[in-house]
Amino acid sequence: MKTADKIIYLDNAAATRLDERVLEAMRPYLFDTYAVATSEFGYSQGIEAREALDEARTALANALGAAPEEFIFTSGSTESSNIALKGVALALGKQKGKHIIVSKIEDFPVLHSAQALEKQGFRVTYLEVDGEGFVNIDQLRDSITNETVLVSIQHANQEIGTIQDIEAIGCICREKEVLFHTDATHTFKRVPLDVKKTAVDLVTVSAHTIHGPKGTGGLYVRQGTQIAKWMDGGFQEFNLRAGLENIPGAVGFAKAVQLVTTEEIGRFQDMRDRLIDGMLAEIPHSTLNGPRHKRLPQNANITFHFVEGESITLHLDMRGFAVSTGSACFSRSLEASHVISGIGGDHERAHGSIRFTFGRYNTMDDVDAVVQALAEIVEELRSISPLGKSEEKEED
Amino acid sequence: MKFPYSDIVLEHFRHPRNVGKIENPDGKATEGSPACGDMVSVYIKVDPKKNTLEDVKFESYGCASNIATGSIITELAKGKTLDAAKNITWQEASEALGGLPKIKAHCSVLAVEGLRSAIQNYEERHGLVKEKKPTTEEVVRQRLRRVINPLTGLNVVRTNLVKDIKVKDGTVSVLVDLPQDHQFANNVRDEVRERIETLWDIREVVVEFTE
Repeated sequence: MKTADKIIYLDNAAATRLDERVLEAMRPYLFDTYAVATSEFGYSQGIEAREALDEARTALANALGAAPEEFIFTSGSTESSNIALKGVALALGKQKGKHIIVSKIEDFPVLHSAQALEKQGFRVTYLEVDGEGFVNIDQLRDSITNETVLVSIQHANQEIGTIQDIEAIGCICREKEVLFHTDATHTFKRVPLDVKKTAVDLVTVSAHTIHGPKGTGGLYVRQGTQIAKWMDGGFQEFNLRAGLENIPGAVGFAKAVQLVTTEEIGRFQDMRDRLIDGMLAEIPHSTLNGPRHKRLPQNANITFHFVEGESITLHLDMRGFAVSTGSACFSRSLEASHVISGIGGDHERAHGSIRFTFGRYNTMDDVDAVVQALAEIVEELRSISPLGKSEEKEED
Repeated sequence: MKFPYSDIVLEHFRHPRNVGKIENPDGKATEGSPACGDMVSVYIKVDPKKNTLEDVKFESYGCASNIATGSIITELAKGKTLDAAKNITWQEASEALGGLPKIKAHCSVLAVEGLRSAIQNYEERHGLVKEKKPTTEEVVRQRLRRVINPLTGLNVVRTNLVKDIKVKDGTVSVLVDLPQDHQFANNVRDEVRERIETLWDIREVVVEFTE
């Protein structure tokens, strides 16, 4: 089998390539200063480790406009969102009430944590979203009751890139005295978020989306937020998250944050716009999923009608491109994307949807190459598809 | 590079054989629908003297395993007698392709069903089928043998996933031995419904889970 000479990786929302400079920053904490972070009365190597951890924490907190004591390191966004939802539920469920509110297009850590809480007697409201993925703010306001302990609405969507108005959502939650968590996995260092300006109490972030190490994430917890520790062990992370600190990970995360520039975000946006314009112009019967504006700078998601996503991804893979799809055939559960169905798309729209996400190592040439490849692949697959042929005639 | 399929599957996926429609086919059928996922159409031309398949063509709206199975099944069926072609199984198609992933059985079985249905369509058109029989538990059980358990790649009856079947007043109830929130619960429910609801005397299909 002939294989592609070059890999063009366009699945940066799933995982990113580690930046060499991040690895260099981590290296000393793997080979030299590998001790556990001790108290200030510990031994030298442990004190040095502690200082590195503190420094990394300060860098992460600064990136969110928070104080260092308000940021805990975790193993990634899945754990961060689990701590946020289950921790608040455990702390406030008995004293305040058993109701939480999430959007129906949340990523699995939030969605499945909410479902797990439902099994423990919580009532969960799944907010509707419109055709572009924006939550209904009025429905949110109306859904909050005296028993509501938490609202969890993502900053931006993992698949279709919709950026929610978390300022407005935060204001409503603040006014109604309900805690507000946002999953910022895909917006962190991509879309501005300052906890001094936005009334948000808990924020999930991760290193894996910004060329940092996998297995490292964090959770911002506003000072005074009532949240329970539910994974027991030592007293690490202000007694909120037990477990030996991942100091190389934390240092790498801080370095990854430092390396992101506004120029880079502008480049992502240019690539995104060129890809969307190119696809819609070159390929008939293609539809953009999610909004044109108020969209993640690094995300494009397009449905190519009458063809199936896994076939597209395999053809692309054979030509050296890595992308993902909302098709049921591609998913581990054999279920189509809940996001595409959440915005009112039918199964067919999910089936033919392809997500493209950009990172540091992509170029404009990559965009042109994937548009060209897609045009050929979609035409080829449509030629063997029983769908679309008569429809095409009807439209003409 | 590491692809999720065998070289034969990839070869048929890249260069599918016998693609397209047959003008004025003797039999045709479509299995699946875009609403539930993959879809395949099969067209046949029959040599009435020899009772064999003179030509078989297919179209696919589906994933790689669906396309590759459509391609291989047309090759396997061409020239065979109608009865022999009807007896081609998913396992045979899979073997001819050098093996398909179990989890992909539900997409690729559609081409096998499509061929059988196209032959059935020919037989119905030529008055070769017996009259309609009322649906019984046994009829339902036979139909469910076409639903694949994604955990094993074998059908849900053989793998004891179906715990109970009831048929009453046009309603079929099927009890599936899975927790309601199982990874594959929704998939199995949809596939069961799809298989049963086309029966001529059935109005409603209820799928329940043991947990």
